[in-house]
Amino acid sequence: MSYFRAENLSLHFGGLKAVDAVSFAVEKGEILSIIGPNGAGKSSIFNLISRIYRPTSGRIFFEDQDITEEPPYDIARLGIARTFQNIELFENATVLANLLVGRHRHSTTQLWQELLFLPSVRANEKLHRRRVEQVIEFLDLEPYRDKLISGLPYGVRKVIELARALCSEPKLILLDEPSSGLNVEETDDMSFWIRDMKSELGITVLMVEHDMSLVNRVSDRVIALNYGRVLAMGSPAEVQQHPDVVAAYLGA
Amino acid sequence: MRFLFKTDYDDDIRLFPHSGYVVSYGLLIAVLLIAPYVLSSYLMSQLVFVCIYATVGVALLILTGFTGQASLGHAAFLAIGAYTAAYLQKYNVPFPVYFLAAGLLTGLIGALVGFPALRLQGIYLVIATISFAFIVEEILARWESVTNGNEGMRIKTLSLLGVAVPRDSPAFYFLCLAVLVLTIVGTLNLLRSPTGRAFVAIRDSETAARSMGVNVALYKVKSFAISAAITGFAGVLFAHKLSFISPEMFTLQLSIEFIIVILIGGTFSLHGAVLGAIFIVMIDPFLTYLKDDMPGIIAGVAATFGAGAEAAANVQAKVAAFASLNGLKGAIYGVIIVLFVLFEPLGLYGRWLKIKLFFQLFPLYKRATFKRQKIYVKSERNR
Repeated sequence: MSYFRAENLSLHFGGLKAVDAVSFAVEKGEILSIIGPNGAGKSSIFNLISRIYRPTSGRIFFEDQDITEEPPYDIARLGIARTFQNIELFENATVLANLLVGRHRHSTTQLWQELLFLPSVRANEKLHRRRVEQVIEFLDLEPYRDKLISGLPYGVRKVIELARALCSEPKLILLDEPSSGLNVEETDDMSFWIRDMKSELGITVLMVEHDMSLVNRVSDRVIALNYGRVLAMGSPAEVQQHPDVVAAYLGA
Repeated sequence: MRFLFKTDYDDDIRLFPHSGYVVSYGLLIAVLLIAPYVLSSYLMSQLVFVCIYATVGVALLILTGFTGQASLGHAAFLAIGAYTAAYLQKYNVPFPVYFLAAGLLTGLIGALVGFPALRLQGIYLVIATISFAFIVEEILARWESVTNGNEGMRIKTLSLLGVAVPRDSPAFYFLCLAVLVLTIVGTLNLLRSPTGRAFVAIRDSETAARSMGVNVALYKVKSFAISAAITGFAGVLFAHKLSFISPEMFTLQLSIEFIIVILIGGTFSLHGAVLGAIFIVMIDPFLTYLKDDMPGIIAGVAATFGAGAEAAANVQAKVAAFASLNGLKGAIYGVIIVLFVLFEPLGLYGRWLKIKLFFQLFPLYKRATFKRQKIYVKSERNR
């Protein structure tokens, strides 16, 4: 049985088939990239997994558990974290506050305890803070801890989003275009981090990406989509040479 | 300027970042404690209202400022707290019991209002909360067996553990102050815990909050309930302070006053609630003063500029007529809101921060420091 599995996943908006009977599996500890032209349904698949959309049909399994009907907030609790294509950070909060929200799925304190800020709450806060600090160190975010998001440049925000996802200590992370809007150096950093996430933190990565050099550098396997359908699946080189993929990108 | 060197995670958690805060808040508390023995009874009465309004302001900040759910129905929550107190007092329930009962009941009703509000956003939520306030107002007027209808209800003098606490005594002021301080401390505690961060997350991006594991619906309801409960507590004090309550006290205008409290104080910090409360409580006597004295002053000015006695009297009468127009107060409130939103969106507390920074950085202060930063691409699709 595979670690994460989508079976015949479909998402239809009226007659438009954004995702059409897509099946794929992710093995534990691998980096799987989804590529495809604009509108191929890549982000829609992510939104289906994180339950922002409800699939028209099909099922999603994670660790042999059917998560198709789980409410969105439970997806994170199961250990699936994600980033967004158009950054979705908490604009008017500090970087630390943003990252601490990432720890939300691990919070155990009750409302009345928090109102009184009992020692147990304080101990929990420190624990969260320590975990957040590890992520800050991992992603070199030390200079920004107390800065407001609204004052930070795009590249940094992108990293903070990744950091927030990592703070939840996910088993599977969904990266929606991690390199979009980043310059060459930042993209390089990103590719190292994605590699390290796999090797050091043992996180399985599912990623949507347009930058083929990044895809080639980090991916174990690649899926190519077009018009909501799977065109090809395999190693990065295989997929890029697949005639259907070439046709989809360049026109036949 | 003071630089903080953080050496411990507690440095990020503690309420007072450095000793300067302890000194200044200590002084403030000391001043507030000796105030009743120094100030005139009129100012004391105003100070009690500041405490009550600030408590409601904090409640509204939790809901509107931190969770991002606008409400124009807080007068109704205040009314529910006040009427619960008045009703239970009739049956000789002791103060601590009906005080808690009022908070709990209001909190429960707040949660019930929160549920339909889950599907509403922005302006629609405002309309829903206004409707709720009107419904409550109407119920208070019609449910005569409990609320005594439009005749209103009297509230007897507060008696706390057998000791009478008259509404203009220092003890009553200390009670209101204690409720305010406890509310502020509780709210600050909440804001530095997971719940408070979840509120802020919901305000800034529901999609992201959801995908980080925040149960958005649950936390919105929690926010409504907490906010309503605090307002209910304030309602009990409000009822005791006025010693008489009737439905027409809890109108839309009162809800708007509460919105003014946080809008003018500043919606991003609890300081705003207190500053806004001072503003709203003090503007009322100021408007009354203008209304009484303005016509005379203008007539005097007109006279010095050569207007005859008859013309001056004419001017005075016209200005007086204008000043006593119905609904003028509401119009002035409207103008105040518009001016603040346009020219001082961070409110009085924002202005204070600017002044503070000006002196800290003198002569290097830049006005642009507080300019709102450009917000990059942000998708509204996946709300």
